[in-house]
Amino acid sequence: MRRRGSPFTGVGVVLAKEAADYLSGARMWVLEALVFLTAIAAAYAAILSIRASIGESPFLFLRLLTMAQDPLPSFIALLGFLIPLVAIAIGFDAINGEFGRRTLSRILAQPIYRDALLLGKFLAGLLALTIGLLSLWLLTIGLGLLFLGLAPNTEEMVRMAGFLIATIAYGGVWLAVAFLFSVVFRAPATAALTALGVWLLFSLFWSVVTPLMATLIAGPPEGIFGPNLAYLHTAQTLDRISPNTLYAEIALALLQPATRALGPVLYSQVQGALLGAPLPATQSFLLVWPQLTGLVAAMIVIFAIAYVVFQRQEIRA
Amino acid sequence: MTEEVVIRAQGLTKRYGATVAVDHIDLDVSAGEIVGILGPNGSGKTTTILMLLGLTEPSEGRAEVAGFDPLRDPLEVKRRVGYLPDSVGFYDGLSARDNLAYTGRLAGLSRREIDERFAEALTRVGLPDVGRDRVATFSRGMRQRLGLAEVLMKRPSIAILDEPTATLDPHSTQEFLGMIRGLKADGTAVLLSSHHLDQVQSVCDRVALFNRGRIALSGSVTELAHRVLGGGYVIDVEARGAEVRNQLLAIPGVVRVQGLGPELYRVDCARDLRPEIARQLAPSFDLLGIRFAEPSLNEVYTRYFDEARHAA
Repeated sequence: MRRRGSPFTGVGVVLAKEAADYLSGARMWVLEALVFLTAIAAAYAAILSIRASIGESPFLFLRLLTMAQDPLPSFIALLGFLIPLVAIAIGFDAINGEFGRRTLSRILAQPIYRDALLLGKFLAGLLALTIGLLSLWLLTIGLGLLFLGLAPNTEEMVRMAGFLIATIAYGGVWLAVAFLFSVVFRAPATAALTALGVWLLFSLFWSVVTPLMATLIAGPPEGIFGPNLAYLHTAQTLDRISPNTLYAEIALALLQPATRALGPVLYSQVQGALLGAPLPATQSFLLVWPQLTGLVAAMIVIFAIAYVVFQRQEIRA
Repeated sequence: MTEEVVIRAQGLTKRYGATVAVDHIDLDVSAGEIVGILGPNGSGKTTTILMLLGLTEPSEGRAEVAGFDPLRDPLEVKRRVGYLPDSVGFYDGLSARDNLAYTGRLAGLSRREIDERFAEALTRVGLPDVGRDRVATFSRGMRQRLGLAEVLMKRPSIAILDEPTATLDPHSTQEFLGMIRGLKADGTAVLLSSHHLDQVQSVCDRVALFNRGRIALSGSVTELAHRVLGGGYVIDVEARGAEVRNQLLAIPGVVRVQGLGPELYRVDCARDLRPEIARQLAPSFDLLGIRFAEPSLNEVYTRYFDEARHAA
């Protein structure tokens, strides 16, 4: 039987309340401070290094994000590592926390569907993440302006904006993972540990697992006549199951404009190419379009699974 | 005059796999009526409430709440029903006002309506000065009152209260029962689930007794007593002397005699036997008093489940 009334009734109210909670909560402050401090330190260290080589590259602002200076990794490497942590911290107790506080039946006794509760909470988490990342983005540009004495050009701004959107989508994937586990597990600690386990799998162990799996599927990496192309393609496909890989490829293509391909390139394909010459921003965006849509699709699919599981759950505590 | 039925369940059933949690129940509640739903844990009370609220889907049967089908129009139902779950939970980090303002906004109230109704509701539940306090500092009793304030803010035509006094001390319980009577005075129909039979008896117009997912008995306490205890009248007799009990049992029409104290007896009988009792006892005993007693719901409940156990 079809239900009457919009499933989005009350989404705005839930979003406003949850966003306020996320943005003012101690947990969020601590995590944001951690991300801000480490990222700004990485950017500052990169600035010191870039100042010695001003004039060598037309994309100084992009180098601000990609350059690593011992002992700190690059700004983008830090974001790739820390954003999932922030997203998991936001979402791991989104639904099971309501069960635990015994507020769920009270809230759902108001004239809203549970669709609105889940979507409102998710959008609020995404909004909190976006506000944090946008602040960081603006702060980094400000640091660059201050210490390099140069303004970013339009091409750099476009590429950095694209990178910001990709970072939000990347955070969205991990937020959806955290939401899924918060729906599946009643204990927030179990949900948090499981989400962290998945994060560790993809950020640390996936690069170890994929060569083994690719060898099993497509044979050894080296054939009689040189590299085994089937192995390379299989390894890359498996690698791209990880959101970390998709994000890293987006960062590489957008922030290093000389990147012309993401994956194995045959010698015949590079004949006539001006190696080291930057691609226009539009070409770089075309290059990462599958990765970007892949991240957005992963976020939607994982959220949809969480949605279906939540719809089937009994409300009683 | 026909009473307006605000809750009507017909053949309402809920199955979880092979387990039947609620089994073809029929239930009517009229406007301004307080109906108690009783029964052991797992007898289907809360599942019935959740189906009436549209929070869980019935496997069979249908319900109509405030003129709407909870399955098809859950939002309309929830606009008109105030629900207080057992051990109500709040966001501890928020103030009482922020908690109720949130649910008020979800219920579609404007900021002005929230402000007006919040102050009024808090005064009515006896918490006029705690609006700005964080709920983390509230006792259980205060939380229950705040939950009732949330129901009042909605100004519902139906209030569903699921074991609202389970965690309250005796004094708070009495105050809470007074508030429930206040809802009735407003014309609100109340569906009250509770294990405290004396409380149910003191506020409810009718009672539905749940057993294994079915409504085993329903009606007023007197009607239930008539069916379960086998007598329509319960008379308390105060008399001094030996063999009073046997003398009472010898009176035609007496179904049962129960000793409540050294000189106090409770007599279940099929009709008003006060004159016969007086005639039988007065010549041989000191007859100190004779009066109608309200049949005890506790007694009805205990007897029903004892017999159900024996029958099983």
